[in-house]
Amino acid sequence: MTLSLSKPALRVALGLIVVTLLLGSAPWWAGRADLRLIGEFMSFLALAVLWNLLAGYAGLMSVGQQAFVGIGGYMLFIGVIWLGLPPLAAIPLAMLVAGLAAAIFAPLLFRLEGAYFAIGTWVAAETVSLIFSAIPSLGAGAGMSLPVAAVRSIADSRDGREAVIYWLLLGLGVGTLAGAYALIRSKPGLALMALRDNALGAGSVGVDIWRTRFWTYVGVAAVTGAIGAVIFLQKLRISPVSAFSLTDWTVVVIFIVVIGGIGRLEGAILGTLAYFILRELLVDYGAIYMIVLGLAAILVMTVSRAGIWGALESRFGWSLLSTRRHRRE
Amino acid sequence: MNIADAVVQGILVGGLYALFAAGLSLIFGVMRLVNIAHGDFIVLAAYVAMVVIEASGMNPFAALIVVVPLMAALGYVIQRFILNRTLGEDLLPPILVTFGLAVIIQNGLLTLFSTDTRRLSAGPIETANLSLGGITVGVLPLITFASAVGLILLLEVGFFRSRLGRAFRATSDDAETARAIGVNTRHIFALAMALSFAVIAIAGVLLAVRSNFDPFSGPARLIYGFEAVIIGGLGNLWGTLAGGVVIGVAQSLGAQISPAFQTLAGHLVFFAVLAIRPRGLFPRMD
Amino acid sequence: MADPILSVSGLSSGYGDFQALFDVSLTVPEKSVLGLVGANGAGKSTLFKAVMGLLPRARDMVTFRGQPIGDVHPERMAQMGIVMVPEGRRLFRSLSVEENLRLARDHGRAGDWTPERVYELFPILGEKRRQPATALSGGQQQMVAIGRALVANPAVILFDEISLGLAPIVVNDVYAALPPIVDSGISAVVVEQDVDRVLKLAQTLVCLSEGKVALSGPTESFTKAQLTAAYFGE
Repeated sequence: MTLSLSKPALRVALGLIVVTLLLGSAPWWAGRADLRLIGEFMSFLALAVLWNLLAGYAGLMSVGQQAFVGIGGYMLFIGVIWLGLPPLAAIPLAMLVAGLAAAIFAPLLFRLEGAYFAIGTWVAAETVSLIFSAIPSLGAGAGMSLPVAAVRSIADSRDGREAVIYWLLLGLGVGTLAGAYALIRSKPGLALMALRDNALGAGSVGVDIWRTRFWTYVGVAAVTGAIGAVIFLQKLRISPVSAFSLTDWTVVVIFIVVIGGIGRLEGAILGTLAYFILRELLVDYGAIYMIVLGLAAILVMTVSRAGIWGALESRFGWSLLSTRRHRRE
Repeated sequence: MNIADAVVQGILVGGLYALFAAGLSLIFGVMRLVNIAHGDFIVLAAYVAMVVIEASGMNPFAALIVVVPLMAALGYVIQRFILNRTLGEDLLPPILVTFGLAVIIQNGLLTLFSTDTRRLSAGPIETANLSLGGITVGVLPLITFASAVGLILLLEVGFFRSRLGRAFRATSDDAETARAIGVNTRHIFALAMALSFAVIAIAGVLLAVRSNFDPFSGPARLIYGFEAVIIGGLGNLWGTLAGGVVIGVAQSLGAQISPAFQTLAGHLVFFAVLAIRPRGLFPRMD
Repeated sequence: MADPILSVSGLSSGYGDFQALFDVSLTVPEKSVLGLVGANGAGKSTLFKAVMGLLPRARDMVTFRGQPIGDVHPERMAQMGIVMVPEGRRLFRSLSVEENLRLARDHGRAGDWTPERVYELFPILGEKRRQPATALSGGQQQMVAIGRALVANPAVILFDEISLGLAPIVVNDVYAALPPIVDSGISAVVVEQDVDRVLKLAQTLVCLSEGKVALSGPTESFTKAQLTAAYFGE
């Protein structure tokens, strides 16, 4: 495999465009439940790609990303209810505030290493959650709902609104995947790749580790905020428990990435698929499916660290979204 | 409650937080591993104690005789057969595996015991109290604090005076060379985890007698223990005690302002220390 | 020639994908000194690590007293009788001089070499026994590292660059300890950059170049010129 950027990249771009057009037409042929399912798939895919960028590339294992999902959700509600913004215009606001929060926490959290950093991000998320639940005008612990008028402003019909939100989620899913792919293949992306392979070594060749990590963390937070905003726009209701849920926004995402394969973008797709299939199979068994996820993650980490995709890649040499620039083991 | 009362209560609960932290600190010291499921194992110990008590009618403190060895054995097995395989250059595997364990424990406990909150009854000692210089102090919190001090003392002495402690320190310094000298590091790591789990067992029982617990009480315990370790400074068990006290007092004073502010107060103090003295109050290692 | 105590045959090993040793063979006779020389990166330390089991090797690649030990874990090597004085000393910095010795004695074999006898060999260590091991000077730390190997009462000691970073006069003191050690019945494999010194103290010589054996045999059969040539891969 050579450094050729044109052919594989072109194939990927074409593939993504085809898939996007196909899925983009779904409002015309899919039912409401299916639309929601695909939308949910896209949101988790996006979160998984972002978490992969953080942990698999920048070496930042965060178990506190739910902070930014929640901030995104709340900022959408605040933007619509307090500032009178149209819902779609509130999404950039959500991104901005989420990114800002990340920028404030990062200098503190970056003083912690490895697993201590992980727990630190968790504490940060808990702190944000506690702050939001202490504000009475945000409904405190009970949360609040989106006003009907604001919801109606998105589109005239219910189907129209479902479609708009669906396209937003689709855009976020495909866009994040494409964006991550483009980032990793770009010049700043080289810094990320170097960081992933060997942080110390990367530093010695001039990669500014701190800044690379900082901007990755802030950027990921901002996009996560956007995802949170759209998710809660769809849910129409937000509360601290649902907004900042570790289980919903972090545990599931981590398992998706781990099982699919860390450090490989294809892994995010496969992992999300695996998660949805598992969920369908085990939905009647309640807590058991979380236990299965946990076991699967442990198995992957002790047996085949590269996850399902990594195993497929080693065995068959498959590669869909290759960001590799040279042959590795 | 007045300020002096709150501070004393805070100090005493700090002992419990220091116990949460001691186990974390120990294994980080020996093998640079942070057990994200630490808090969940504390809760597991509480449930194990509950089962033992219901089956035998024992007093919670007597139940320790069963719970401590049981948990220690569990810790040995988990380290030897699962976590040892994740140790190495890469930081992610141990974090992810212990994260997986946390999820399994929480949901396993949920499946077995439902979300009902539980509490262990220790009899009259629960409400007994002393008067120290005009302040009423509960006997149980006092015992808890004393246990924390006693355990930390034992661990420190053990680490610096015993043969096993020597092996722990050497393995912590340089595991590869320790192996070359003949130290069975796989066994040492497992022993360290067993020791950590013994502390976890004690912390679990003391927690269960003192407050309500349910399958999802684990993460908060991990966080308080973690905050105590960071505030106290890495590699120093006495520092961890100090850190526990700081968090305990912060929470206690915060609760005076409003109940909702209790946990948040601890977090804010944690971030303040991280900002001003990132290495903690009494760091002993890098 | 005395019976071999340790022998390596066809040893290939390395770090992950990177192969550092190619089919290396050598024999260490009993109660003698084998000098292992070669340029930086030639594979000398790698060879030691492979013998100790810290790097992968196959069962038949290493033989001790006639028995294949290639599948033995590193932590069993001290019990069997093979120890290493690692490059850079690698003393345990949380332990005192005395504790470093005691730890090694706890996990080694019983025998004549005790911490007390080490203090006889290196009197300065006896004075500093309670100090943290890494608070000592470079030469003294090297003595602790050697002492640590001795108290395990081994049959073979692998000495990895014990003169590294030490002033020549200190190096003399350190190497002065070698004859008494060998006299007590221990074989030594010595990695050393200083070719002159190696020619003086080793009975057998092996030169590695880029992971392969370039030269091997009794010391007196080589001239310095031959050795230098092999060293630089000519």
